[in-house]
Amino acid sequence: MKKLCYLFLVLVLFALAAVSASAYEHEDYYKGAQKGEVLNVFNWGEYISDSYEDGMLDVNREFEKLTGIKVNYVTFESNEDMYAKIKNGGVSYDIVVPSDYMIERMVDENLLQQFDPNELPNYHYIDEKYKGMYYDPDNRYSVPYNVGMVGLIYNTKMVEGTPDSWTIMWDEKYAGKILMIDNPRDAMAIPQKILGYSFNDPDLKQLDDVAQMLIDQKPLLQSYVMDEVFNKMESGEAAMVPYYVGDYIIMSEVNPDLAFVYPKEGVNIFVDAMCIPRSAQNVEAAKKYINFLLDPEIALNNAWYIGYASPNTAVVENEDYADYAENQYLYPDEEHMPNVEYFHNLPQETLKHYSELWNQIKMAGGTDRDVYIGFAATGVVIVAYLVWQYVRKRRREHWYNFPET
Amino acid sequence: MTKNTALKRVVSAPYLVWAALFIVVPLIFVVYYSLVDAGGAFTLDYIRSIGRYKDIMLNSIWLGFVATIICLLIAYPLAYIMARTTRNVQRTMMMLVMLPMWMNLLIRTYSLMILLQDTGIVNSLFSFLHLPARHMINTRGAVILGMVYNYIPYMILPLYSIMSKIDYGLVEAAQDLGASRTAVLRKVILPLSLPGIASGFTMVFVPSVSTFYISKKLGGSTFSLIGDIIEMQFKSANNYNLGAALSLILMVLILLCMAIMNRFTGEDDDGGVLI
Repeated sequence: MKKLCYLFLVLVLFALAAVSASAYEHEDYYKGAQKGEVLNVFNWGEYISDSYEDGMLDVNREFEKLTGIKVNYVTFESNEDMYAKIKNGGVSYDIVVPSDYMIERMVDENLLQQFDPNELPNYHYIDEKYKGMYYDPDNRYSVPYNVGMVGLIYNTKMVEGTPDSWTIMWDEKYAGKILMIDNPRDAMAIPQKILGYSFNDPDLKQLDDVAQMLIDQKPLLQSYVMDEVFNKMESGEAAMVPYYVGDYIIMSEVNPDLAFVYPKEGVNIFVDAMCIPRSAQNVEAAKKYINFLLDPEIALNNAWYIGYASPNTAVVENEDYADYAENQYLYPDEEHMPNVEYFHNLPQETLKHYSELWNQIKMAGGTDRDVYIGFAATGVVIVAYLVWQYVRKRRREHWYNFPET
Repeated sequence: MTKNTALKRVVSAPYLVWAALFIVVPLIFVVYYSLVDAGGAFTLDYIRSIGRYKDIMLNSIWLGFVATIICLLIAYPLAYIMARTTRNVQRTMMMLVMLPMWMNLLIRTYSLMILLQDTGIVNSLFSFLHLPARHMINTRGAVILGMVYNYIPYMILPLYSIMSKIDYGLVEAAQDLGASRTAVLRKVILPLSLPGIASGFTMVFVPSVSTFYISKKLGGSTFSLIGDIIEMQFKSANNYNLGAALSLILMVLILLCMAIMNRFTGEDDDGGVLI
């Protein structure tokens, strides 16, 4: 009986192996990797399905099993962080996943290399409306990975009523309970919409107004966050944060008190896309990886795990994905569609102004008067000590040199 | 004699190369970057823009100073007690001091954040005991607590190693000669432990002033320290020149503080022990 059990188990394992081995489309495409081949991937944090728990797939392990290529997976927190690393060289990645405006900038600065996505057997799964986007009109640099929008996530237990405007983030009632998103474009986007500006106006004066609003907001803030947002919102530590809709979906599974709204002033819509940097060492493996992420099975796992809207038609049409596909925040129909705008790249001068203002915002409201008092007090103590020491020394010398009488 | 110096050179060569590669060359880079603009042309603009960062620098130095003084006040009696106990107890206490350092600073700070936040463990405990909740995270006190907690071993260890070397006979001699307890402390132990204070001060003050992670996690957005601003220049703002200029100024300020400190501890800090 025991033996039979084992036999059964072994059979099941074989069957599982057979299923997982034949799950991917166009497996021939992944063949021919050399021994010891390595692929360096640079992606956002929390942006890939990375474990086998709950029947999910560890995408990188699956890719390694399928191709024999080892995946070095490194994450970043913001487009700007990623850009600084690529721009300054010293590291070479084969895949990066910037957002739209950053792709535009990197193409401008010749940091990405061209390839033909049509060569990828799974490219036809990409929804036509995400092809030929403004940042890559000829589809030569990028393949869309995820689509999302920024909205207001709030805790219904802590916020009264149903907010519909970004101005609630300046409401003193919620002082100490407000989180802000910690990167310059996304943070400035909120006052920009309140003031009725475009995200992409290079006017420096407008930016000054925007920065002033953020400085005024600082005393009300709990902190600027990126990935810590999960902990702070799920635990009820903070009441509201402007963040990506996909992350709301994930957080609301942990804390059902969380709610979401696209404020009426307008929100940012973005596409994160897979690109190959100019400095890539292993372009062939990079293409295989991009194709692998487009595979219906893998893309579905990622869409579940990440919670962002997928540009992959095979995912959206999959029945197992229906409850996501019908979610009006993720895939709003025309009636629910908020007022959206993409980020575009900006002229150098404006970008420089952005980082100067961002420094100022971060430094604002730092020093209280007691710091100066403290310094003054310490200074007085030091001077008093030195004087005392000097006096003592003089007195001693006086006694030692006392003339003998 | 010549053979001896040749041998000395060979033995010290790896250390010299190490120091040159990882201390001198980076310093040269910092100075170079702070004096050129993004295109590589000479400019003093970044150094001159320092006026804008005056407040935040003072703030950082002050917080670092307060944290260092608190560390000193806690560590000094502890180190003295440690030095006076039996070997076994010493070893155990040493172990307890070192134990948190086996964990990464980032993880320790992150756990402090979880302890201190409004819905955190400490406040849950308060509400369990029917005490009023206290807002602790994102205050200056939380940042100072983070600095003290993370860097106190660097204060305890040099103090302990100096104090365990103090000849207890000197203390007894002072007592025999009629010195009161405070006089023994002031006239014997304190002067003998000054080198330990000096090196402990350096090792806590310098990382506290330039920290960025602690202030980011425990200080929230209420204020940033200069370390945060420098980190931002290298990470997201991609402005190495400003970052280098700020680092340079910070280095000069720290050196100044250390010079003032040395006035207190006297010139003979040869006994200063670094780990």
